[in-house]
Amino acid sequence: MTERVKVWSVHLGVLALVFAAQYVLPPYHATNLARIMVLAVFAMGYNIAFGYTGLLSLGHALFFAAGFYGMGLPIGLLDWAPIPALILGLIAGGVLAGLVGVLALRTAGVSFMIVTLMFAQAGYLTLLYLNTWTGGDEGFVVDRAARVIAGHDLSLDGTRYVAAFGLFAAAMIACLWLVRSPFGRVMVAMRENEERSRMLGYNPFRIKLIALVLSGIYAGAAGAAYGLLFGYVGASFATIQYSILPMLYVLLGGAGTVLGPFLGAVLMFYLVDITSGYTDAYLFVVGAALVGLVLFAPRGILGNLRERFAPWLP
Amino acid sequence: MSFGPFLLLAVLEGTVMAAVLALTSVGLSLVFGVMRVVNVAHGEFYMLGAILAWFVTYYLPFPPALAWVAALIIAPLVVAAIAALADTFVLKRLNYAPEATIVATIGLLYMVQQAALTMYGPDARPVAAPFEWRIQLPWFGYSGYKLFVVGAAGVILAAVWLFMTRSTAGLVMRATQIDRDTAQCFGINVDRVYAGTFALGAALAAAAAVLIVPIQQAHYLMGHDPLLLSFIVVIIGGLGSIRGTLVAALVIGLSDGIISMFFSPTLAKIIATLLVALVLVFRPQGLFGARA
Repeated sequence: MTERVKVWSVHLGVLALVFAAQYVLPPYHATNLARIMVLAVFAMGYNIAFGYTGLLSLGHALFFAAGFYGMGLPIGLLDWAPIPALILGLIAGGVLAGLVGVLALRTAGVSFMIVTLMFAQAGYLTLLYLNTWTGGDEGFVVDRAARVIAGHDLSLDGTRYVAAFGLFAAAMIACLWLVRSPFGRVMVAMRENEERSRMLGYNPFRIKLIALVLSGIYAGAAGAAYGLLFGYVGASFATIQYSILPMLYVLLGGAGTVLGPFLGAVLMFYLVDITSGYTDAYLFVVGAALVGLVLFAPRGILGNLRERFAPWLP
Repeated sequence: MSFGPFLLLAVLEGTVMAAVLALTSVGLSLVFGVMRVVNVAHGEFYMLGAILAWFVTYYLPFPPALAWVAALIIAPLVVAAIAALADTFVLKRLNYAPEATIVATIGLLYMVQQAALTMYGPDARPVAAPFEWRIQLPWFGYSGYKLFVVGAAGVILAAVWLFMTRSTAGLVMRATQIDRDTAQCFGINVDRVYAGTFALGAALAAAAAVLIVPIQQAHYLMGHDPLLLSFIVVIIGGLGSIRGTLVAALVIGLSDGIISMFFSPTLAKIIATLLVALVLVFRPQGLFGARA
């Protein structure tokens, strides 16, 4: 088997399994999995910036929230149809990522983390400040009538699962294609040694900006889809916690792997779900997972797997 | 109330704010300066200080003044011990790699916050001020305790200053800050300096919280605002420069006090965070720092 066949069969196999899962899983878990798939798209976007390009951002909640409001405001205020609203949400994420990137990419390392954090915080506060339109902390509900695409009601469990899967599959195939493309290799070069890639004639600022915009588009698409599928838009999605979550998923599953974000999202989601059955201290689990991961497994699950057994894993 | 007295009140409130902010930010700045660690859990050390102050004053059978003094001694010591443990068991093992330590301190933040919620509960609880004394100005009465906070913060800051510039331990810390490897060659135990610095930074945040807790109440989420503001102060003042931090704390504390009296506090915060982001982008050495 050539490497190409191996790679595609593993990823398409995972997609097929996830698609088939809806016929096996009880409704509660199917809804969970739909939610996880959308969050995994967000984490895949985070992974493009952090895992592949080495941009550790603490501000991705801003792009995620841009998706929510880019989708929700036109529907709520202007009665847009869901598909154009979804596309606007996706674009909103990319545009904001571009704006933040133009400024923040002048810095690196710790400063980059703080600058993105500050921009995201300013965005969150702006959402609270403009509460006449955004609904502030309480947010607003997306009308059920506006969540119907060509006769398919997205608030029904079955349609929701298929819609979430469609986005997830498209995002994963695009991500796989991206990281195996020449541009993907240049992104990794940026992460490994920026100075050397500059010497080879690449423009680091341009590469990193494109990676960040792609990452923002993923985050925006995930935000818009989340709002549309679960019918709620709120400022809480812009809080710092939603910048930390994708980072946690990526770190757990394996930074710089295509399947890592999904694996991390599934494991973390169910870890929190199961522990909250015993205690309400789920944030403690999140914190302990973060500390444990950076201490004992900085490469994450698939990162370790790749190192030991499967060096071909993209 | 006419404009003049109103402005005076705003300035007074701003000064109290600036004093407490200076204490918290100097702690953050010390840790960044000596260890090059951005401590995201700094606000939680502040919160722990306030909550421990509540526990001490609630359970010790002393009169309010004595109980509060006990809290001012016990809370920073306990928080310092927790910080030293966190340094030894987590940060040191990460070799203080900047990005890994930020992720780890975010994890610490969640753990401390959740522990506080579980053990202390979601309520905001008051701590009695050590004394009740109102200064009657011609236009309004003002709490004497708030002025005492300004004085006490000044005394603690002066003590830190003396410690850093006059004591051997301070000298060792500054030596480690300038060149860690050379300091180690001269027989300085860098591990201990780092643990001590991290503990000192946390203790300063806790002390600030004990000072402020009779004015605000102790609550498990109270660490967020001081964290954000001290980040702003430390960045505007120049990362790692203590003098810049003090100046910036005064400027930010006063302007925050005044702006939020006249405008919406949310708008003030939006402007401040954007300003900080832009300062970091265009003037990474800070507005007052001479060099990076």
